[in-house]
Amino acid sequence: MDNFEPVIVAFCCHYCAYTAADMAGSQRLSYPPNVKVIRVPCSGKVDAMHVVKAFEKGADGVYVAGCLEGDCHFKNGNTKAARMVAYVRRYMDEIGIEPDRLEMVTMSAGMGYRFAQVATEITEKIRRMGPSPIHAAIETGKAA
Amino acid sequence: MKTESKLEKVLAAGHLAVTSECGPPRGCMPDKVREKGKYLEGVVDAINVTDNQTAMVRMSSLAASAILRQEGLNPLLQVVSRDRNRLAMQADIIGAYSLGIDTMLCLSGDHTKFGDHPMAANVHDIDSIQMIQMVKRMRDEGLFQGGAELKNPPKMFIGAAANPFADPFELRVLRLAKKIAAGADFIQTQCIFNVDKFEKWMEGVRSMGLHKKCYILAGITPIKSVGAARYMKNKVPGMDVPQEIVDRMAAQPKEKQPEEGITICIETIERLKKIEGVAGFHIMAIDWEEKVKEIVERAGLLPRPVV
Amino acid sequence: MITAERKPLEELIEYIRPYRRILLVGCNECVTVCAAGGRKEVGLLASGLQMALLKAGASIEVREHTLERQCDPEYVEELVPMLDGVDAVMSMACGCGVQEVARRFKNKPVYPALNTKFMGASERQGVWAERCMGCGNCLLGETGGICPIARCAKQLMNGPCGGSTNGHCEIGDDVDCAWALIWERLKELGQQDRYVEIAPAKDWRAGKGAGPRKIIREDLAE
Repeated sequence: MDNFEPVIVAFCCHYCAYTAADMAGSQRLSYPPNVKVIRVPCSGKVDAMHVVKAFEKGADGVYVAGCLEGDCHFKNGNTKAARMVAYVRRYMDEIGIEPDRLEMVTMSAGMGYRFAQVATEITEKIRRMGPSPIHAAIETGKAA
Repeated sequence: MKTESKLEKVLAAGHLAVTSECGPPRGCMPDKVREKGKYLEGVVDAINVTDNQTAMVRMSSLAASAILRQEGLNPLLQVVSRDRNRLAMQADIIGAYSLGIDTMLCLSGDHTKFGDHPMAANVHDIDSIQMIQMVKRMRDEGLFQGGAELKNPPKMFIGAAANPFADPFELRVLRLAKKIAAGADFIQTQCIFNVDKFEKWMEGVRSMGLHKKCYILAGITPIKSVGAARYMKNKVPGMDVPQEIVDRMAAQPKEKQPEEGITICIETIERLKKIEGVAGFHIMAIDWEEKVKEIVERAGLLPRPVV
Repeated sequence: MITAERKPLEELIEYIRPYRRILLVGCNECVTVCAAGGRKEVGLLASGLQMALLKAGASIEVREHTLERQCDPEYVEELVPMLDGVDAVMSMACGCGVQEVARRFKNKPVYPALNTKFMGASERQGVWAERCMGCGNCLLGETGGICPIARCAKQLMNGPCGGSTNGHCEIGDDVDCAWALIWERLKELGQQDRYVEIAPAKDWRAGKGAGPRKIIREDLAE
């Protein structure tokens, strides 16, 4: 994997990060195409299962993007999401996937610039980390 | 007189009784028991022998009590409900009495969490109050706990513990009343540093007339150092060490602290002597048995009465 | 309900390492409610096991199924068609469910994925606490509806001991003193006299003392 292009899955809350992604687009701010955005009604609706399945299918990095603290449209979905992320990070450690491949971030709907910046930073971080061990094993399996 | 216990005789004769304790060694060292016993010979009326104190394994209280008995001393067998079920307890009580041990203390015991076997099961088949009932029934009715007849019953002088400093405070007198109703003949209290609070508790005791139904021995512990004072204040559940005691210890240079600890102890005894209903003192000098004689002497409690 | 927690993944991997195909069986009852062994946890564990083995250069097929109730033979029967070609079963039920599966399928190894913990109640979202020890002779009527057997660290029937501090147990500030709770409740009910009565030594035959217990309802038993 010399020219490693990480696959990043971003679960984006409809009320903030997803709108921020739109904003980034309208402001002509570019962000890496590695980031696959999945719109969710609230970051609190992202289940541990969704995150784990993303890694199982070969994602190198995953992040959950919710509203700023205190700004959740459904009161506390973002804090629930943060707890879920912490839980899955511990599980990833048990499985043998570096927990740093999973992150919780927050932003508001108006933060187009922040959206692009987060997407770039996370993509670069994962690029430095290299492919996830699961991604690598899938590739090896295919080659064999 | 319910028993042949020296402690009962001293108390019944109206003397202020004095007891102390001996923690058995953590190994097969019978001489250690004798050595600790020697310090207390002629100094106290009965020697409490702790039962896996602080949930650490030690020589059994029964064996150590038997050793003291062989030396002509008066052991007071402590039994905790944590380590034995009712079969084992009754067997030990019969065994103890057969070896000349006629005084005992019924306790629940510290939780195993605090000891060196936190992985052990806590038995607690019966609790301390039910243990008192059991021993009383053995003694007075000649019946085992299970109801069968007991031949030649053990005539135990039955003790229990009370902690006036634990919470909820309003239950502290009521629970004492339950222990006395269950059959406790005497009580040894938790170490007293907060005399004001103890006085308040004794008011409650007297208002229920409990001091007339049972002998109350006030618990005393000499503090060796300011470190020990702080540890007891902060780390030992159910201990009440007022800040002024810590400050008094801290005001002394290190080498003078043990002396100050003994002085505090004597002052406490003098205050407690004035409280109606205090029938004696239980001096718990943990690993400091050699100082008990000095304390008893300076408190004016020597020589011990001959009964 | 019966509460449980998943065993460490490492321990589970050791169980299944020799096999190529396993059936992972959840239960829709208590362990679903305490988020230990329901459909969702079955999915999470199946993914985790597969990833952990894949990473180690091995592979395993994990079939997933969640039964309505794993401690009832009627439901366990459902597993029959799913066992074809399966080397072992891993159960995400409490110990009762694990044993029911093991009893039904005598020639399949059955492994527990959970550590069954206690009979408890949910204190708040995500927190479960022990409430009952199944002593077989309920005394909650005497103790203000709070069980000293399950909730006092020394199961004192005549507490509280001398380690009760500020409503906490001597074993830790995160544990309530059951007897402090009992006393508060008795006061609220105006039943303080109940405290004064000595609870007699318990007859443990109704509990574990008489060996494994069984209930037979003559009118229902077939």
